[in-house]
Amino acid sequence: MTDATSVSQPRRLSNADQNWYRFTRNPTALIGAGIVILCILAAIFAPFITPYPEHVGAVVDFRSRHLPPSADYWFGTDNVGRDIFSRTIFGMRISLLLAVVVLGIAVPVGTILGLVAGYFGGWVDIIIMRITDIALAIPALVMALAVAAVLSPDLINAMLAIAGLWWTWHARLIYAITRQLRSQEFVEAAETLGAGKMHILFREILPNCVSALAVKTSLDCGFVIIVGASLSFLGLGIQPPTPDLGTMVASGSDFLPDYWWESVLPGCAILFVALGFILLGDGLRDLFDVEEIR
Amino acid sequence: MSGPMLRIENLTKTFPVRNAFGRISGEVTAVDNVSFSIEPGRVYGLAGESGSGKSTIARMIMGLTRPTAGNIYLDGLNITDAGSGRSRRGKVQMVFQNPGSSLNARRTIGQSISVPLDAHGHPRHDRARRIDELLEMVQLPAEFAERYPHELSGGQKQRVAIARALAMPPKLLVLDEPTSALDVSVQAKVIDLLVDLGRRLDLTFLFISHDLSLMRNFAQDVGVLYLGRIVEAGATADVFEKPSHDYTKLLLASVPVMSAEEEAMRPALPLVDGEVLTSDRLPVGSNTSFERLEQ
Ligand SMILES: Nc1ncnc2c1ncn2[C@@H]1O[C@H](COP(=O)(O)OP(=O)(O)OP(=O)(O)O)[C@@H](O)[C@H]1O
Ligand SMILES: [Mg+2]
Repeated sequence: MTDATSVSQPRRLSNADQNWYRFTRNPTALIGAGIVILCILAAIFAPFITPYPEHVGAVVDFRSRHLPPSADYWFGTDNVGRDIFSRTIFGMRISLLLAVVVLGIAVPVGTILGLVAGYFGGWVDIIIMRITDIALAIPALVMALAVAAVLSPDLINAMLAIAGLWWTWHARLIYAITRQLRSQEFVEAAETLGAGKMHILFREILPNCVSALAVKTSLDCGFVIIVGASLSFLGLGIQPPTPDLGTMVASGSDFLPDYWWESVLPGCAILFVALGFILLGDGLRDLFDVEEIR
Repeated sequence: MSGPMLRIENLTKTFPVRNAFGRISGEVTAVDNVSFSIEPGRVYGLAGESGSGKSTIARMIMGLTRPTAGNIYLDGLNITDAGSGRSRRGKVQMVFQNPGSSLNARRTIGQSISVPLDAHGHPRHDRARRIDELLEMVQLPAEFAERYPHELSGGQKQRVAIARALAMPPKLLVLDEPTSALDVSVQAKVIDLLVDLGRRLDLTFLFISHDLSLMRNFAQDVGVLYLGRIVEAGATADVFEKPSHDYTKLLLASVPVMSAEEEAMRPALPLVDGEVLTSDRLPVGSNTSFERLEQ
């Protein structure tokens, strides 16, 4: 019995070391993380790694229009002769930016509202969670369509519309966890020790939500990218000539099936990024052992 | 301030009982008209089997549960309806039953111990030193401050919980079965530590346990709780030597015996068939060992 005095204990692994070890043994998480890192690096360094960065703009070169994939043009060229590979990499920038901005708003807002509603209960709970229920019933795409119709169809409005609904998922998740945690002994102990509400919400409960939040946020990056691409496919997101994956799929689809690469390859790029985030999220879920997250 | 450190008057707590549809279909009286008081510097033992209402009393003292009726006075101050935390002015702290769940798994031991320090405005620059001092006080090495609860044994965790409860020294320390989740060999060490700390910090204890052998060594006064009622109370020696209530006799009879002289003090089993004492709480009115005794 080594109760009080620690008799030569084995070298201890820190939590971070243990998590890292388990992470490296988890193929799903590793593949997902690999794809995500690749996409992020490609997006950041797009001007340096793409063969034709100038094709991002309104370049027209009719001699090389509708060329199939080749060594010069990896993904072929579009109807005005621009390199689709270069435009796809730049398009990923927009997709990732959309995910970062939407979740950068939705995650903190949803988390704080979920914590507050779950911990305080009573009428605060009723008001916050009824608003959440209403917002949950509206599909993000429909909301974005409505906003685009009322305001103007552009990137900012699309992001705000999606973010305006997306927080509800995070609010629900954090609410459920908080409800379960608030009657646990460590929370009651903190209360009896005189800790304030802020301390309990952000120092006691929030750290126990972090793994669930990481899983959810990673999965959501994938879904937000798909919703964003759907919006620009419908012409309500990013306006040309800025390259966006959804817009490229839409304009390329005019030339199906002869010039299939013009829509299929940017479409694959959407799936690739989204899949990366979803695999990462799934892998993290296994890693952290959190259940019940879509 | 003279007078009792803790005085409890006719304390009652009933919980609604819900049926399968969530409708309230009745109520359980978890604590039934309980009164007792603890003089400063004494150790009061509250004994009783599982479900007898011990934790509910502790929770009401801590303000985690609102009493249905009755009053609680702490050092002369009526705290019956004060919420948990600061309203008790740090005069009472509690060590919870299960050290595994009373420490936040995501925070280091040092962070957990600093909660009461920060809450009561202990100077920041002195925090690390005070944490070291508190760990030393409960006989743990200073490097434990950097560890997470899962890296500690049950006994070590309970020591951390004690250090945390004593970080801003209270006058009354409520111990809700502080050793029931621990190995027997560790139990005694934790109790020794508590006795020592009680002397050094001039503490008054409310010691809750179902384990009468621990209580005999630690508590000066005891109250025996049965189905939410105190059925017997008095000085420990008196209650142990001449138990007047059958339930107390039954509890004493089931105490594991340590020595020959204790064996001699052990009362005869009041149950002829030697049936094992039921430890499941049954709502009042059902056939418990107590009812059987009364027949
Ligand atoms: N929040 C609650 N809602 C309903 N009933 C409760 C609640 N808390 C406690 N009870 C009931 O009150 C009774 C006493 O419970 P309590 O936890 O005080 O017992 P205990 O003596 O601490 O038991 P143990 O030794 O198992 O910890 C039990 O019958 C229990 O079911
Ligand atoms: Mg209990």
